Amino acid sequence: MDIKQRTRIYNNLCSFARKCIYSILSVATLPNHIAFIMDGNRRYSKQHNLVDGEGHKVGYSSLMSMLRYCYELGVKYVTVYAFSIENFKRSPEEVRSLMDLMEEKIEGLIKEESLVNQYGVRVHFAGNLKLLSKPVRLAAERAMKATAKNSKAVLTICIAYTSTDEILHAVEECCDEKSDEVKVSNDGKYEKDVINVVDIERHMYMAVAPDPDIIIRTSGETRLSNFLLWQSGNCLLCTQSVLWPEIGFRHLVQAILEFQHKLYYLNKQKQT
Amino acid sequence: MDPVAESQKFFRRISQSSNIMLFLLWHVVHLIISVLYIVREIFRAIENYLITNGYVKTYTNLNLGRVKYLGIVIDSDEARNTSKVVELLEWLSALGVKKICLYDREGVLKKSKAVFMERFGSTENSVAGPLVSKKRMDFEFVSITDGKEAVAKAANLLFKKYYVDGDSEKPFFTETHLTEGLKTLGAVEPDPDLLLIYGPVRCHLGFPAWRIRYTEMVHMGPLKYKKFGLIMKAIHKFTKVKQNYGS
Repeated sequence: MDIKQRTRIYNNLCSFARKCIYSILSVATLPNHIAFIMDGNRRYSKQHNLVDGEGHKVGYSSLMSMLRYCYELGVKYVTVYAFSIENFKRSPEEVRSLMDLMEEKIEGLIKEESLVNQYGVRVHFAGNLKLLSKPVRLAAERAMKATAKNSKAVLTICIAYTSTDEILHAVEECCDEKSDEVKVSNDGKYEKDVINVVDIERHMYMAVAPDPDIIIRTSGETRLSNFLLWQSGNCLLCTQSVLWPEIGFRHLVQAILEFQHKLYYLNKQKQT
Repeated sequence: MDPVAESQKFFRRISQSSNIMLFLLWHVVHLIISVLYIVREIFRAIENYLITNGYVKTYTNLNLGRVKYLGIVIDSDEARNTSKVVELLEWLSALGVKKICLYDREGVLKKSKAVFMERFGSTENSVAGPLVSKKRMDFEFVSITDGKEAVAKAANLLFKKYYVDGDSEKPFFTETHLTEGLKTLGAVEPDPDLLLIYGPVRCHLGFPAWRIRYTEMVHMGPLKYKKFGLIMKAIHKFTKVKQNYGS
């Protein structure tokens, strides 16, 4: 038996084992929306003496694996924190290398044989896309258009995103919208408090998905770093000490088991 | 005997058996998880004993100055047990914490404000005489209404100021504008840099989003099982964290 056959048998066995675990997990409610903060790529690079930027490439493979596991399990919404507005403060070389990597990988998403087409995933890019370089922004727009007809699952990639910028942008959009309504009514009267929470939520970048059920952050950090702060009020916050490029199936299962164990409490919070 | 019907019956029985099997396996897995949680609690109790009694030298000198503003999130049902909350505040006061942001979703802590102010407050109404300076703490009481609804109110302020009043020109909105709007509504305290969460789940329960951008969130478990040593551990761990704020 050559290496290729052995690898194929091994992959088939892993796939079968995963299906058994999915069957067990599916007995109870599964999370509808999982979000990931992909932290630890640079630390992974340093630990393994890789060239700068290689950690992000390995991180991308981990992302594809995690997406595969989520969509195989039937999780409908997945959100990932790919690039924060604060990350623009990094060295220009690193930012440029990240932008190039993102452009390359976004183009890869549109291809026929890509994972998103395999699982019928609609891709959204959430964030202040005007801050991105033109090639990346155009690639993102192409990917959104190419996957617009997919309807089995949703992948939201947060890029040039922070929660506070998202809230600010939603407030601004609300003001513009209400300003037009006030002009239309034209009776010279201003009603107090025309903007409410529902209006703001309608204009959020993340309005494309329901609130997350689980946010998983790798590298052992315990903060949210300006990610989904508005949407995470009833969400299980999981911190895992593993670095993002080393995340695997068992970490996802761990998070889902914890979610199912605390489901009663989390549902109670959603109702208050 | 209809072979098709017989085979359908057979496969239905197999499917029901496998469903029962999966159901049992799921319960076994969650039973194991419950046992693991109990074991973890036992280890935490041992750790708490060792830290509280000074056996772990690492935690003896806490650099409390690094915690500029401490936030406590408490599950609202647990917050109704005022004596437990007072006990927690006494521990924090003993550690030297002077200023705390207390949050619970339903505002139960806000309703018990008088109890905490009497015990720890710096007003003239304080009961304790010479002990006041030892236990004095400043509090901020926050609930869910100070989160999303406050942002909506701030949005209305900005709308009135920049869109309705015909004379003002609409500015290029920045986060400073919204922060100023929230300040006008009374949000004058800084963002907590460490949030201790007391409840069954690690979840910030709707703490105002605008204030927890880079806040470290530590789950301390249910309030009824709170442990003094683990507060020291959480604060010590926080003082060792290096944040690069995205850069």
